[in-house]
Amino acid sequence: MTTTVAQAEEGTGVPYALSHLDALESEAVHIFREVAGEFERPVILFSGGKDSIVMLHLALKAFAPAAVPFSLLHVDTGHNFPEVLEYRDRAVAQHGLRLHVASVQDYIDRGVLKERPDGTRNPLQTLPLTERIQAEKFDAVFGGGRRDEEKARAKERVFSLRDEFSQWDPRRQRPELWNLYNGRHAPGEHVRVFPLSNWTELDVWQYIAREGIELPQIYFAHEREVFKRSGMWLTAGEWGGPKDTETVEKRQVRYRTVGDMSCTGAVDSEAVTLEQVITEIAASRLTERGATRADDKMSEAAMEDRKREGYF
Amino acid sequence: MSTITTEELSATTLLRFATAGSVDDGKSTLVGRLLHDSKSVLTDQLEAVEHASRNRGQDAPDLALLTDGLRAEREQGITIDVAYRYFATPRRRFILADTPGHVQYTRNMVTGASTAELTVILVDARNGVVEQTRRHAAIAALLRVPHVVLAVNKMDLVDYKEPVFAAIAEEFTAYALELGVPEITAIPISALAGDNVVDPSANMDWYGGPTFLEHLETVPVAHDLSHCHARLPVQYVIRPQTTEHPDYRGYAGQIAAGSFHVGEAVTVLPSGRASRVLAIDLLGEPVDVAWTTQSVTLLLEDDIDISRGDLIVPSKDAPATTQDIEATVCHVADQALTVGHRVLLKHGTRTVKAIVKDIPSRLTLDDLSLHPHPGQLVANDIGRVKIRTAEPLPVDSYSDSRRTGSFILIDPNDGTTLTAGMVGESFASPEPVKDESDDDGWDF
Repeated sequence: MTTTVAQAEEGTGVPYALSHLDALESEAVHIFREVAGEFERPVILFSGGKDSIVMLHLALKAFAPAAVPFSLLHVDTGHNFPEVLEYRDRAVAQHGLRLHVASVQDYIDRGVLKERPDGTRNPLQTLPLTERIQAEKFDAVFGGGRRDEEKARAKERVFSLRDEFSQWDPRRQRPELWNLYNGRHAPGEHVRVFPLSNWTELDVWQYIAREGIELPQIYFAHEREVFKRSGMWLTAGEWGGPKDTETVEKRQVRYRTVGDMSCTGAVDSEAVTLEQVITEIAASRLTERGATRADDKMSEAAMEDRKREGYF
Repeated sequence: MSTITTEELSATTLLRFATAGSVDDGKSTLVGRLLHDSKSVLTDQLEAVEHASRNRGQDAPDLALLTDGLRAEREQGITIDVAYRYFATPRRRFILADTPGHVQYTRNMVTGASTAELTVILVDARNGVVEQTRRHAAIAALLRVPHVVLAVNKMDLVDYKEPVFAAIAEEFTAYALELGVPEITAIPISALAGDNVVDPSANMDWYGGPTFLEHLETVPVAHDLSHCHARLPVQYVIRPQTTEHPDYRGYAGQIAAGSFHVGEAVTVLPSGRASRVLAIDLLGEPVDVAWTTQSVTLLLEDDIDISRGDLIVPSKDAPATTQDIEATVCHVADQALTVGHRVLLKHGTRTVKAIVKDIPSRLTLDDLSLHPHPGQLVANDIGRVKIRTAEPLPVDSYSDSRRTGSFILIDPNDGTTLTAGMVGESFASPEPVKDESDDDGWDF
């Protein structure tokens, strides 16, 4: 009954179970290879956040010693953490990848999108993302979404068909049986692919620790000037914070998720090593998104509604 | 969760399990209780549920809102689709396929059970084994889920009486064994009161077995693969063609069954070409042996033509290839499957054209009787199908291998996933007993 870490008995070839991380890794690699085998123009959504960093790491392993057969796409909100952009560019250079950038700022400058009164740009990402997918004719788009993040995402398929408007219709999803993923799609449609579907936040961190994956420093505790809005510590910046009524203070914080600066909150933390981060998350009584994402709190179905429109 | 150490976390295994139960058997309550008592519901999720419940004028938080994620589900108060939940204990990590219990969603139970190693079938202690219980047991048997748990719920409503539980457990076990369910564990619980779900019940000291969670934590997930046929569907050919690796040619795939070792004589199907395993690459690390479900890259001694869709097998244990497949299927699409239907068949990594030659029977899940030549299968129907494929396929019997014995049918026009198929003989069904009143009109 103590089936712990993977091992094979010498000589007999009697194999045992995989550890949970090995099982998740193997499944994700299988998904990457299915897409490489069946699609013409796949792309990995890459934000420089931990989930997309893990995706890239898995893709590198899946095709080694050959190069990753996908390019990367970053939807740049214009409100990024500088450390994250720097990480992104370094990763692209290091692995000889091609990076596409869809810029929200461009859309605002051209008058196609309008800045929201609250300064949040996360909902504005949908149009630049979907237009770029159409323009580049990407037919498979990898996202780092995990089903543990949100209850609408708990219903998401690994291969999730989007129509020519990039819309998600949860009632018309294909049943997903065994590991037989169905990637059929008509011209103009594409498939969102979620290789980390079955991972939890803790799995991602444990995997980062096990594989020794480097992350942007904002994931570890550091001193930062922040102010409080809607119960979250936000970083002061040109995007519109703080307001007159909000006061800036210096705190020891780290980030659990990395998105648009205007709506991604930091958490008080002492964790400066991966080990400490894992201990902290295992003990946390808040989900990652509940603790640090303002945009998910907008309504009970905020995520579902945005996903229907084409958000990832 | 706060008591789990990092060392403990990295030594855990993963159990995929699925739930099934009728609408009022308390499935949502059991899932809610399991998540809640294992401390997997976090404060903000609980607050969101409390908030939503208050908005709806409910006094107590409705734990079903934890699992019903879609707008339509909340509006109608039902679960319409499979959802996946995650939780962990110090011993194990769990992926729960939470499948709707309603009769018309048989296809969803099939979806959930296809990847599950354990299925939970819930019954109401007051009602005992009912038709729906038999359907769930039949599907678990059909999908060959290795472990089945019968959770006899609402024991609080029968005064926690042992004879009530014993009678239900006995009836169910006899029925399920006849179907060919390999292992059955019956546990008396009250999801509402929390008896035997996570903590042992003080109300049922006559019960000496594990609690529900304890059983989930200890059920074996390792398989003795020494008798399995080794199979590697080739997903992708890795050819770097760089100065560093000018001649590297690796066949990447996830081992679907059994194990492969370096030096083994292998055959590539459908071509039948033979070679030997030169090396095995386990995501960048050379290994001597690899097994299901590892994603690997095989390098062979000979430079032979292999591409996506091929199957690598041990030469001494190769399956026959065939263009005529007979299978038990569950139809999962709204449009019907008819004789003469032209479809695509995806088996492993290979998708081929196929035609439905015959639908010899449809299964009535209630009594497992066979309805001959139904003409078509509609959504949620289970039946026998004969299919002719455009190219020969190396298929195994589903009873030998859940991965290389399964396939899906796809509509070539719009890409809809039509049907889930299991190759070979059906499960050990009792003698077909035909109830005439049930002849038509059963709509799963």
